[in-house]
Amino acid sequence: MRHLLSTAELSRDVAVELMDTADKLRQALLGRQVRKLPTLRGRTVVTMFYESSTRTRVSFEIAGKWMSADVVNVTAGGSSVGKGESLRDTALTLAAAGADCVVVRHPASGAAHRIAGWLPGVAVVNAGDGTHEHPTQALLDAVTLRERLGGDLDGRRVGIVGDLLHSRVARSNAHLLRLLGAEVVLIAPPTLVPAGIAAWAGGDGSGPLAVSHELDAELPALDAVMVLRVQAERMAGSYFPSAREYAAGYGLGEDRLALLPEHAVVLHPGPMVRGMEIASAVADSPRAAIATQVRNGVHVRMAVLYHLLGAAEEVA
Amino acid sequence: MPAAERRERELLSSADVARTIARMAHQVIEKTALSPAGAGDLVLLGIPTRGAHLASRLAALVAEFAGAPVCSGVLDVTLYRDDLRRRPHRPLATTELPPGGVDDRLVVLVDDVLFSGRTVRAALDALRDHGRPRTVQLAVLVDRGHRQLPIRADYVGKNVPTALAEEVGVLLSEVDGRDGVVLRGLGGRAG
Repeated sequence: MRHLLSTAELSRDVAVELMDTADKLRQALLGRQVRKLPTLRGRTVVTMFYESSTRTRVSFEIAGKWMSADVVNVTAGGSSVGKGESLRDTALTLAAAGADCVVVRHPASGAAHRIAGWLPGVAVVNAGDGTHEHPTQALLDAVTLRERLGGDLDGRRVGIVGDLLHSRVARSNAHLLRLLGAEVVLIAPPTLVPAGIAAWAGGDGSGPLAVSHELDAELPALDAVMVLRVQAERMAGSYFPSAREYAAGYGLGEDRLALLPEHAVVLHPGPMVRGMEIASAVADSPRAAIATQVRNGVHVRMAVLYHLLGAAEEVA
Repeated sequence: MPAAERRERELLSSADVARTIARMAHQVIEKTALSPAGAGDLVLLGIPTRGAHLASRLAALVAEFAGAPVCSGVLDVTLYRDDLRRRPHRPLATTELPPGGVDDRLVVLVDDVLFSGRTVRAALDALRDHGRPRTVQLAVLVDRGHRQLPIRADYVGKNVPTALAEEVGVLLSEVDGRDGVVLRGLGGRAG
């Protein structure tokens, strides 16, 4: 693996290996006084965030630091991007300054792919590109589901609810979960279902993919429900009449939690808008694995950095 | 070197392996002056893959001969290796420390073959991140020489002089279906 740009290009073997590595890292660090591994000593990881982020940026930084890499953070606001520098020039600058790995989040879909093409010899990780993909989020969700459900995701049924149109998390998860053999049900109002969603059913995934507009009808059969944030910042038009109407139709409240099977897990990639797509009581209930997702996010990102930087370079 | 020309010579049979591990268990008891009261102080930590199985076998025998239970565990050293960037990706193994950790205890690291000494160096570094043992010792089933670091074992099952190009294979029933130690290589020494 030279880059991690999308879940669509992962093989099942590599995906499982990354997830297993994350589990081993969690276990290796458990109960230790010194949460520091020497593995990536002398390697430099630059995070390049053109969109705001708390958990992704912080967990990449912690992941790099726990493996002894030097981590440098660049944000669009505080860099020469504000002076009009192009994405390519910024990327070339970071490579020339000595980055071994660039972690990039960008509002334009495909930004990470472009950077990977511009920087030979630098590993590129996509930390979210527009409405396209967010592969490490999907990996940490899968690790969390495996942990909570107690085993492989083969044959499990996972609902992804909400703003599918603007969600890179939904796409990455749909690919990865199906690759791992799970059934995926995408649930959203018709206005928030992207055109060409049928194409999501392509690829190597073995699990089936369904689209539904009725949340209540789907809940009783789910092993997990993943609630997506309504991305108001990406919405130019009006996709639903009001926040209250959205919450009434697609928000996960306590009444809907009761429709889920006992063992079912609630995930949210964050940041949450409480009262909109998820009720406070649900977010804080023991059924929700939101803090576990964040914790696993650090281990998944450690695993990704280890795979990209912790071995001899693969011959292209 | 074509695989068909590689010769394999048995150094230890299944019975030899059992005898050797039993002897090493007695040596551990003797060298650490182990009493039933002090057995809780001893931790045998195996280095995956085969070292881990050796450690649990050795712990069972030490416990049997000393008449008190002995802790064993597994210490993966992959993340501490100094050759990660010279080799293809290495998958990680599980680390399992016994309850109570390693602080102020007598830790015996256990591995199958002692060669360059680099794995043991990695293990010492890993151990330091898990705590501060009172003493650290090393037990290996086979010492094949060719050290690249100033490291020696406290307990050696068998010393085997080897050529650099040769390969020492430790077989354990848990992993390989049978016990044994074989020397693989070309020409003279083997066969």
